[in-house]
Amino acid sequence: MTESSHDLNITLLTYTEIESVKGSIGNFEVTIRKKARSVNMSKCTGCGECREKCPQKKIPNEFDLGLGKRTAIYIPFTQAVPNVPVIDRENCIYFTKGKCQVCSKACPTGAIDYEQKDELITEKFGAIVVATGFSMFDSKAYGEYGGGRFKNVISSLHLERMLDSSGPSAGKVVRPSDGKEPHDVVFLQCVGSRDESKGLPYCSRICCMYTAKHALLLKDHNPESQSYVFYIDIRAGGKNYEEFVKRTQKEYGAIYIRGRVSRIYEKGDKMVVCGADTLTGTSVKIEADLVVLATAMIPNPDAAELAQKLHIPYDKYGFYTEVHPKLQPVESVTKGIFLTGPCSFPKDIPDSVAMSGAASVGVCAVLSKDELIVEPKIAWVDDERCTGCLNCVKVCPFDAIETREVDGVQHARVIESLCQGCGNCASTCRVKAVTVRGFTDEQVYAQIEASMGKV
Amino acid sequence: MQGDAHAFRNLILKHSSEDVGKCIQCGKCTAGCPLTFEMEFMPNQILELIRTNQEEKVLRCNTFWFCVSCQTCSVRCPENIDIAKIMNTLRKLNIEKGMKPSPGGVVTFNKVFLDSIRSYGRVYELGMVMKYNLMTGQPLKDASFGPAMFMKRKIALLPHRLKELPLIKTLMAKSRRLME
Repeated sequence: MTESSHDLNITLLTYTEIESVKGSIGNFEVTIRKKARSVNMSKCTGCGECREKCPQKKIPNEFDLGLGKRTAIYIPFTQAVPNVPVIDRENCIYFTKGKCQVCSKACPTGAIDYEQKDELITEKFGAIVVATGFSMFDSKAYGEYGGGRFKNVISSLHLERMLDSSGPSAGKVVRPSDGKEPHDVVFLQCVGSRDESKGLPYCSRICCMYTAKHALLLKDHNPESQSYVFYIDIRAGGKNYEEFVKRTQKEYGAIYIRGRVSRIYEKGDKMVVCGADTLTGTSVKIEADLVVLATAMIPNPDAAELAQKLHIPYDKYGFYTEVHPKLQPVESVTKGIFLTGPCSFPKDIPDSVAMSGAASVGVCAVLSKDELIVEPKIAWVDDERCTGCLNCVKVCPFDAIETREVDGVQHARVIESLCQGCGNCASTCRVKAVTVRGFTDEQVYAQIEASMGKV
Repeated sequence: MQGDAHAFRNLILKHSSEDVGKCIQCGKCTAGCPLTFEMEFMPNQILELIRTNQEEKVLRCNTFWFCVSCQTCSVRCPENIDIAKIMNTLRKLNIEKGMKPSPGGVVTFNKVFLDSIRSYGRVYELGMVMKYNLMTGQPLKDASFGPAMFMKRKIALLPHRLKELPLIKTLMAKSRRLME
């Protein structure tokens, strides 16, 4: 990130959101909302004086999932790019009570600007790469695991933050309830994943590996600790993955138990985990100090909203759909829009990096050519028949039909670079003015006759 | 395995409309079951045995007799399989096929219990205990508890009859008809 922020050919637009996307491949017109940061980016040197002086210090840090605290003027995490803070107006004393301005007084370059407003900019782009990532499943849906009531039942992301040396507990794993170091730690895999009853029958793909990593690091941080991992199947498909899991079991002494956990309850200051060992055909009870849930990867809550702005399709979960899962995994159905990382399906880091490389090359392929080769099987409008009702415009999922005037009447016209040949318009048109090339009535009848005999 | 490799799975599907093919063998049913200490096969193993068509093994084991239909397994199953219903189906199939009777006289107990309801509209404890112990060939098993329980008024010598007995009888007849 730091490297890209220094590159002259890359413009980073951080703290921004997409408002709308118009146009097509090679010619996207994107309206971007630059949110009011309340800090002048060109004046700020990133010295951090304002953050040190800010009197509002008790806001739960979102990046640390509430384990740590942050100030009202803040950067989300230490390595954030750019190193320019933002004022959280909902919690800032000046913005809520009208008095304070301590950050403004502390700033040596006068970069604080309380009057800053959201700014809308519109720019043209040739291609778009969607890399919006994922969210974590909220384990509150599991009443039997405490539903969020137990302090010592945490998610893997909490543990990840605790293991970070610049994290909220400075690299020490502690129990949220009393701050003590846990001795027995139980990991639960597939919390949300592979659970039809929670609407997530898919495997999240990354949990097996990060759970093994956590069990390994935990032993590394505290050699006295003992990890137990409840799993259904270990899915360690990848270079050196299986060896890594083996190492966690053999060298780091993590005990793997094949079975799901049915219930967790509190007993004194311990958490009792009731699971099964399906290999021995017995039920198992473990008294743990800390329980870590490997929660599923799910799409971002606003994934559908963004898809609608970009005119790209998404599946029933909210993951963006690629043209072909095997042959065109990084292209979205809308030409010129590429997908990388887990926004299209759960992926680990190597896969995301590989996809990003593929998407970059895909973008280069678009931008380096003067002419665009499109699929021949797309719709066209017969001007003689078109009555200008424009019902086709309403049903087109790709916004590929525009209007134009023919002899003073509005007619539909297909934008060839956008049309995907879905046929919605052709089946909607009441006067049969729209046809999909390769699927004319004559051609379809000919196919039927060829396969069924004369009809 | 010979013949139709899915015969038993389909039989269970027909009787309970539950398909064990959905099971991913996660073991959550076993993990939550309060009776596993008595069971020959764990609930998840029962599903696997049904899937692999091992009818004899399943219908001769004691697992489904110890199922108390608390439904913990059914509620927590990630694949929404009603395991308690499958256990009930296995009990029915066991009786229908005249397989090995239940351990500890579970069927006898159920019969004696329902007989008591049918006669009095509620449980007549003393009569039920005596009848059950006689039928299972241990007539004096609980005799020593009798006086103490009588003194504490936990059991009565004579049965109490419910006023709405005819209504109970109608209900039971109707449920029997529904079963058939």
